Amino acid sequence: MIAIVDYGCGNLYSLQSSLNFLKLDSVITSDPEIIKSADRIILPGVGAFGDAVKLLKQSGLFDLIKDEAKKGKYILGICLGMQLLFEKSYEYGEHIGLGLIKGEICPLENDIKGGLKIPHMGWNALEIINPKSPIFKYTNNGDYVYFVHSFYGKNCDASLLAVSDYEVKVPALVNEGNVFGAQFHPEKSGDVGLNLLKAFAELEV
Amino acid sequence: MLAKRIIPCLDVRNGRVVKGVNFEGIKDVSSPVDLARFYNKSGADELVFYDITASYENRSLFTDVLKTVASEIFIPLTVGGGINTLDDFDRVLKCGADKVSVNSGAIKNPALIGDAAKKYGDQCVVLSMDIKRVDGKYHIFSTGGRVDTGIDALQWAVNGEQSGAGELVVNSIDTDGVKNGFDLEMLSEIQSRVKIPVIASGGAGKKEDFLELFKAGVADAGLAASVFHFKEINIKDLKTYLKSNDIEMRV
Repeated sequence: MIAIVDYGCGNLYSLQSSLNFLKLDSVITSDPEIIKSADRIILPGVGAFGDAVKLLKQSGLFDLIKDEAKKGKYILGICLGMQLLFEKSYEYGEHIGLGLIKGEICPLENDIKGGLKIPHMGWNALEIINPKSPIFKYTNNGDYVYFVHSFYGKNCDASLLAVSDYEVKVPALVNEGNVFGAQFHPEKSGDVGLNLLKAFAELEV
Repeated sequence: MLAKRIIPCLDVRNGRVVKGVNFEGIKDVSSPVDLARFYNKSGADELVFYDITASYENRSLFTDVLKTVASEIFIPLTVGGGINTLDDFDRVLKCGADKVSVNSGAIKNPALIGDAAKKYGDQCVVLSMDIKRVDGKYHIFSTGGRVDTGIDALQWAVNGEQSGAGELVVNSIDTDGVKNGFDLEMLSEIQSRVKIPVIASGGAGKKEDFLELFKAGVADAGLAASVFHFKEINIKDLKTYLKSNDIEMRV
């Protein structure tokens, strides 16, 4: 069973629908016991980093997710959920993240000079850096995924599985051990996204 | 780099898809769920649903359609029509919409865009504008393109961006239903004034119209309805054609 962590950040309808579509058992929950008993955890999220950390801490889930990750449980962070896995974010101030992925979250606008639009919103191609990762079991280099974000991961070279080109190389998929993060929305990326979720669910324990 | 987007638009009334020519003479086309499936398979990058149901009682037919689509189609879904309050945002977002398009609602209450952007994020708020030339100026029309508000469309677009709209839909009433190409002149005027993505609507009749649109660099996406519904243009063929003409496409 996959626990979709509900801490009041964003709409989880599509995410759960896509897992249902793949016939994967999932539950939207904020209950620590259910999260502990789940095989895998998905940490979603839309909105601001600081607010999300506050909500996770208020509900006692911040430390719980860290503990579950350290126990070796597979975790997938999506969009803001991926950013929360990082050590630190500079989104409107400075915030400490879960620290499960090395690196920090920085504003795209500081690094994009060529007049590209922010947010980075729409379909962009995956440039796969580490094709051996089992998360790419059903994914090809150049497959398109759907992004919506204004901040992005930096100094996370060792964790990069795939990037997308948007003047800068935007970390699209990151991974350290049992912890995975997707900057894009697999639940909005058509068949490509479904295939990544399927591969995540099939990662061997 | 980001692919240009091809977006079919489904006007839904009482749970069925309709499409008018110049907003008049609406006729039934098909089931929205069937059409959505067909478009998803053909490679549509996003789907837009406009609820043109007149009565409150029939609104649930629309949200039922939306829920069904969102439970099996995993690309971005935008919903518009009858969005006047934050409660309306809530209602459609809960049924699986990713973005909400505001048109007359923002004319009646200009604070709606800012309020919604604060609550749901800029990326969630789309400002849709029906624009027509009046005495050499661009005017915003309301109520399905029937009423001239007298509002200057260029300023309205700029204000919308400043209030927090994450995207603009520019629908040219002058070219809508004429099928002789997008309104490049109008789009260029808007595009040069804003930084947020611009979605072109109104006037697509053939594949070349989309190529001309993207070559002109005046829009990030092309939206159309009847040419897709009546299979005059197949989305898969269109995207292959655009890609072979050096337009970045998800194919």
